[in-house]
Amino acid sequence: MLVNDISVDRIDGDDQSSINAESVTPKHVLDRENRDTVGTVTVADPRITCRNVDVYYGDKHAIHDVSVDLGRNEVLAMIGPSGCGKSTFLRCLNRMNDTIDICRVTGQIELDGQDIYDKSIDVVPLRSQVGMVFQKPNPFPKSIYENVAWGPRVHGLARSKADLNEIVETSLLKAGLWNEVKDRLDKPGTSLSGGQQQRLCIARTIAVSPEVILMDEPCSALDPIATAKIEDLIDELRQQYSIAIVTHSMQQAARVSQRTAYFHMGDLIEVGETAAIFTNPKHPLTEDYITGRFG
Amino acid sequence: MNSYRPGRHISHQFDNELEDVRNRVLVMGGMVEDLLQKAVVPLLDSNEEAEKLVVHDEKINQTEVEIDEFCGQILARRQPTARDLRLVIAVGKAISDLERIGDEAKMIARKSTESKVKESRPYYGQLRLLVQRVQGMLNQALDAFARMDAESAVAVARQDKNIDDSYGELLQSLIDDMEDSPKKVRRSVELMWVTRSLERIGDHAANICEHVVYVVKGKNVSHLSLDEMDDEVNKF
Repeated sequence: MLVNDISVDRIDGDDQSSINAESVTPKHVLDRENRDTVGTVTVADPRITCRNVDVYYGDKHAIHDVSVDLGRNEVLAMIGPSGCGKSTFLRCLNRMNDTIDICRVTGQIELDGQDIYDKSIDVVPLRSQVGMVFQKPNPFPKSIYENVAWGPRVHGLARSKADLNEIVETSLLKAGLWNEVKDRLDKPGTSLSGGQQQRLCIARTIAVSPEVILMDEPCSALDPIATAKIEDLIDELRQQYSIAIVTHSMQQAARVSQRTAYFHMGDLIEVGETAAIFTNPKHPLTEDYITGRFG
Repeated sequence: MNSYRPGRHISHQFDNELEDVRNRVLVMGGMVEDLLQKAVVPLLDSNEEAEKLVVHDEKINQTEVEIDEFCGQILARRQPTARDLRLVIAVGKAISDLERIGDEAKMIARKSTESKVKESRPYYGQLRLLVQRVQGMLNQALDAFARMDAESAVAVARQDKNIDDSYGELLQSLIDDMEDSPKKVRRSVELMWVTRSLERIGDHAANICEHVVYVVKGKNVSHLSLDEMDDEVNKF
């Protein structure tokens, strides 16, 4: 008789158990001491270089020996479960963690070859070079114009009122907000919609001529339309700036970034080209996270 | 990643959907195997008539459409990534291969019942060997798909060479006959159609093996040699 197994034989009992038998997590995955980052952490033309960064909150070791580069004109997405340390790491990049007394950062973080934790570094200009956009839009309780003009004025970037007007207009244009607010620049920033407020905050960040923009879940409080506008804006901003974005939306990470870094319990597990991370991740922990499996 | 690990999603419904789509492919594979089995009966036993196989083929076509739509729903609703995404993509390709195997089987059934092909007794041994190899390879390719076993898939893909050899030998016999006797030209041409369909089924079975490697290893091996496929499977 010729071979003619019907598929039911294939999909019952034993076959299923044989598949599941392959799902044993490799031992090294659970061994934190040997958890090296998978993928290439370096880029050819880095703007920010992080090497062996550890972060402690008092006795708690929050970030373990993280090394990664942020390249010029790239968007680096940082993903991972809540409490994995991605926001903590992001805040290291412009020393926002300095505001937390018990926080201690070791290792090396360089912006254009300059150690940003060097004692000679003034954090005020550093934070204009490495701007930040937060989860919740936080415009100042001032007019739209003043929200954008405040930074350049403080940093002495405008020599005249005309200069300042130009910076405000250019920043709002780059943030894709100018056409919506040009006739009401004197209205409070807080009168705008959530999405507009977030773009106002981006304009405020751009106004002080940063090199790097850090974004900590910038769309988590926005509706899908406002989110799409911000994502479109991120892609435009990439032409001029380097962007590191923390997001809980993996679809967003896949859409906006060129490289993706996966954090897990304070470790940088894997970093690589976004397309490769989302189609063929190398580390089982990355795979489990992005496919929505139990870690 | 070295293995395909189903299940364990936080969403059990997603687990069920992926398992369901895999099972539907295997059911479709069974239908195609059954159709091929019926299609070759008159070829190997000249006393038998081919069954009416049109209904079977229509059912296979309908199943392909249903699975394809199901894959679309999974993509739209779940936005799968990594191995889940690769599985859905591979299913889409595998059902296309299975549907074409069904078409080839229908062609074999039609040709097998024609009187000239029934005069195939001189080639009985060669034909039987070719049919056995094709059915065996299809069966094992579906097994590799069911188990998501990349190593087996490469081993099965290697069998396509044996099928090509059988096909080549049979083809040469038919050409020799045509050269010897013009009266045999029509019979030989009809038999060539049948053997060509069998050889194509082997190619589609090899494609299914490549889809298995893609799901398990994340590497598209469609245009690699068998040795290169082997290298990909044995990486890590």
